[in-house]
Amino acid sequence: MANVQDAPGAQNRPDTAVEIIGLNKWYGEFHVLRDINLTVARGERIVICGPSGGGKSTLLRCINRLEDWQTGRIVVDGIELTDDPRQIVAVRRDVGMVFQHFNLFPHLTVLENCTLAPIWVRRMPKRDAEALAMRYLERVKIPEQAQKYPARLSGGQQQRVAIARALCMSPTIMLFDEPTSALDPEMVKEVLDTMVELATDGITMLVVSHEMGFARQVADRVILMDDGQIVEINEPKAFFERPQHERTRLFLQQVLR
Amino acid sequence: MSTVADASPLYLRRTPARTLPPPTRRAAPIDWVRRNLLSSPANIIATLVCLVFITWIVPPLVRFLLIDATWSGSDRTACLASATNPNPGACWAFVRAWLSFFIYGFYPVAERWRVDLFFIALAFGVVWLLWLSAPRRDIGAVYFFIVLPVVSSMLLRGFPPIGLASVSTTLWGGVLVTIVVATVGMVASLPFGILLALGRRSTMPMVKILSVTFIEFVRGVPLITVLFMASVMLPLFVPERFAPDKLVRAYIGVALFASAYMAEVVRGGLAAIPRGQYEAAQALGLGYWRMMALVILPQALRVTLPNIVNTFVGLFKDTSLVFIVGIFDFLRTIEAARGDQTWASPVTSLTGYVFAALFYFVFCYGMSRYARRIEARLRRRAAVKER
Repeated sequence: MANVQDAPGAQNRPDTAVEIIGLNKWYGEFHVLRDINLTVARGERIVICGPSGGGKSTLLRCINRLEDWQTGRIVVDGIELTDDPRQIVAVRRDVGMVFQHFNLFPHLTVLENCTLAPIWVRRMPKRDAEALAMRYLERVKIPEQAQKYPARLSGGQQQRVAIARALCMSPTIMLFDEPTSALDPEMVKEVLDTMVELATDGITMLVVSHEMGFARQVADRVILMDDGQIVEINEPKAFFERPQHERTRLFLQQVLR
Repeated sequence: MSTVADASPLYLRRTPARTLPPPTRRAAPIDWVRRNLLSSPANIIATLVCLVFITWIVPPLVRFLLIDATWSGSDRTACLASATNPNPGACWAFVRAWLSFFIYGFYPVAERWRVDLFFIALAFGVVWLLWLSAPRRDIGAVYFFIVLPVVSSMLLRGFPPIGLASVSTTLWGGVLVTIVVATVGMVASLPFGILLALGRRSTMPMVKILSVTFIEFVRGVPLITVLFMASVMLPLFVPERFAPDKLVRAYIGVALFASAYMAEVVRGGLAAIPRGQYEAAQALGLGYWRMMALVILPQALRVTLPNIVNTFVGLFKDTSLVFIVGIFDFLRTIEAARGDQTWASPVTSLTGYVFAALFYFVFCYGMSRYARRIEARLRRRAAVKER
């Protein structure tokens, strides 16, 4: 099985994958993120849940600077995210992201979707990039779709391609932004299975999701976010069985009903 | 108690139904007419109106252009009314006599092979680029955008070191000028238009203001004004020695004008690309230019292809305005020739203009047919087709 930890330089990286210090963000007058502090250890798997509009996705998108913020710091893999585009690109190379709506490139085949960044960002020869892409497509169990255009694939297949595409950059951290919430129910499982399989690999994962079963099975820590704040952060067993906060209890009642 | 199988009555199938072929469509012509032309009272009326219109317009046209037309002759007498042809049609003999002037203008007769060679080289490049399954289209692009401009400039203007006598651009004319101006305009407008469109969407205020000002200014004035400005004002900004000749000034005018329109067309395409595409490209670590070149523009240009071709068609016809700054384009050669006394007849001018119309139509219709085919191909591919 391809090992993501083979990524160059993975050994001498700091033990902290992501460090978020005093993060605040406003959309106009609206305070979306309020004083967020979070340290994610290398290899840790974190699931972030909470009611919609609570700032989960925004927080995740700050980690690869798809969103900027007003005050606070984020350090990813020892690289501080500043306004410097070189730092931003350096972080994005090492951080893979999977989106709610897949965001595959419709004008490229599945294989080309996967090889685009390795060829143009990592400067990998085309042949090697294709071999790499096929390895990951096999891993997400759709190598036979490599020559098709994304529009031909089901939602679940598209999301698995999106995961393979991100993995082709050999990221050390993977961000999942509600990866199953745009899928038909019967396709949720195939994507979750892929993610569970990935989790056994030791890659750092931050997952925004309402899939509590997944959180229980895979997460090292579960976070509840509401109103732009981290309300509760705990190990899954404690989080689900003895929630400390009223809001967590309410949220769990609603989703686990 | 019995199992379902035991209880299943005789009318239940035990094997899956056979797949039947689809019914063959009746394709008899009568049937087609009934279904398509006479399907409803409104349709019948529309069909009748169109038939009346066609019978009114087509026969006289055919008579004038073909049946009563004069195909050969050496001067005006052939095209005048006579006993054999009391009602003369188009004077094609006139077009034949002046054809080489229409194509080359005043380009020296002994050197006209160079123009022919240029046409061949250009056609070769166009086919290479536009024929989508042609081999090595990357080399084709290099040929078209780098080799061809340099070589054809040396060929047409002359290059004394290799024995090609120089030919002043004031002698160029006719189809040659129209094709050259249109090609330069099209080839220049696409990249500049893309840059301007990106500039207009840029987050850098200076770039944005500059792009918006340019686009809005150029779009806000007629092409004639732009041509005048290019031809009168341009020499004021550069030292006299380097002042570009009249034709180059016209190129610049046309290219500027077309770029501004192209910018708006491309902007429309960029706006149609969902934000997720930008985010996915950024998340993969692609920088701005790679994101644009590899992800955004390929999609945006596909969406806008019909509009791009529409702009090209407009540009091709607009080149006929360069006569205003003293360039002898195709339409101008017709204007000049129709005043020729040897061919003076009631139908000479008309024939000249009909010929001009045919020329423009063939090129513009060709462009739009090509665009249709590409569109259909892209749609097929994007929607369902696997490669």
